[in-house]
Amino acid sequence: MNFWHFMVTNRQQVLDLTIEHITLVGISILFAVLLGIPLGIMITRKPQLSKLVLGSANVLQTIPALALFGFLLPMPWIGARGGRMAVLALTLYALLPLIRNTYAGIRNVDPAVVEAGRAMGLTDQQLLWQVELPLASGVIVAGIRIATVVSIGLATIAAAIGAGGLGEFIFRGLSMVHYQVILAGAVPAAVLALAADVGLGALERKLGMLYARA
Amino acid sequence: MTSSNPRPAIDIDHASFRLSGRDLVHDLTLSVRQGETLVLLGRSGSGKTTTLRLVNRLLEPTAGEVRVNGLRTTDWDPIRLRRGIGYVIQEGGLFPHFTVARNVGLVPRIENWPGERTRARVEEMLSLVGLSADLASRYPAQLSGGQRQRVGVARALAADPPILLLDEPFGALDPITRAELQKEFRALQQRLKKAVIFVTHDLHEALVLGDRVALMEEGRMIEDLPTTEFAHSTKPLVRAYVEAFSDAPERDER
Repeated sequence: MNFWHFMVTNRQQVLDLTIEHITLVGISILFAVLLGIPLGIMITRKPQLSKLVLGSANVLQTIPALALFGFLLPMPWIGARGGRMAVLALTLYALLPLIRNTYAGIRNVDPAVVEAGRAMGLTDQQLLWQVELPLASGVIVAGIRIATVVSIGLATIAAAIGAGGLGEFIFRGLSMVHYQVILAGAVPAAVLALAADVGLGALERKLGMLYARA
Repeated sequence: MTSSNPRPAIDIDHASFRLSGRDLVHDLTLSVRQGETLVLLGRSGSGKTTTLRLVNRLLEPTAGEVRVNGLRTTDWDPIRLRRGIGYVIQEGGLFPHFTVARNVGLVPRIENWPGERTRARVEEMLSLVGLSADLASRYPAQLSGGQRQRVGVARALAADPPILLLDEPFGALDPITRAELQKEFRALQQRLKKAVIFVTHDLHEALVLGDRVALMEEGRMIEDLPTTEFAHSTKPLVRAYVEAFSDAPERDER
């Protein structure tokens, strides 16, 4: 049975697992964005916290994924469902690029522009929303892109804790020593990662051109 | 101070600004009346820019006080204070992601002027600084240096602030454009009668634009005289300045 034949005969399952995969990654990235961007903004306002926050996110990044699942298993509520654990783990891994790029993006805005805004009487909120975030948006989207691509790959491991996604095929194929089945999980995951990379890369360039005209 | 001008618009009263053990501005006293242009002259690092930033409270004095319209800057709401003070920096400090029209209309917009009034004001300001209305939809990167500087001035004037601070606004321009803008700025100020502090290290510019010229060095005020008297000051540092600027033409004559 070749790869294409397997894909066609199992197309409904391929589709279901792909959607499951996208959902896992999508929810995780959404959480990471909602948490990471405000944290990144916060440490531009309180630079004394930047070492602590970036350091913690860095340490999270170094924990091997399978070990992290092991730590999450005994946790109440979270540990009860594979999906919850997977989303939490993926969110934690996605935090670093988001915090770091938000911080760097805002810090790299031309200080003369920020000073001009402040001197004209923009409030801190106006400065943030009208000047700093738009000018940093290209760099922030670059962070989302990195986080998304990494999460799509990482999410395949989530199948090990019963969270589903394309990793199901990969683990099944490994246990069956059946390459076509492994590929049925790996190829769609790779395609998803490439698509996310290209799509978000295009958005990043567009924002870069739109906002970084200086 | 004459009795017709009881209260200066800007009043710096024995102000110092100390940062990590060093006075960037030391015991500085100067005042600017409405309609008057004071040029702050001095080398890089002499405290000129720090002085400007004390006026719009980007910095607060560590000793003495700075009063704007009679009220200490530290007693002002900083946002209200700054919206009443136009600020122009080198290259204009324009927002690169805003069109010319949005840049110029920024303060009116955040002051919640109605859209129609803001649009009319932007048009008025562009023509005031000699820019064609066609430029309104351009981005700063699509303008020449001189045009950017004009936009910077238009933006600073848009909400009609009584006070204008300019920090080497024409420093990055070629000599011809600079002379043009100096001339226009002088004409503009004669019409608008703002209280102006204009920072430069160019003596010629100081003499062209200032009603008064004040020389700073290492955070201290060296001399503060009406423009006509400034070049005749006997202070050694003023002499050094005057000589530095008269050197080149003398050589040409030989």
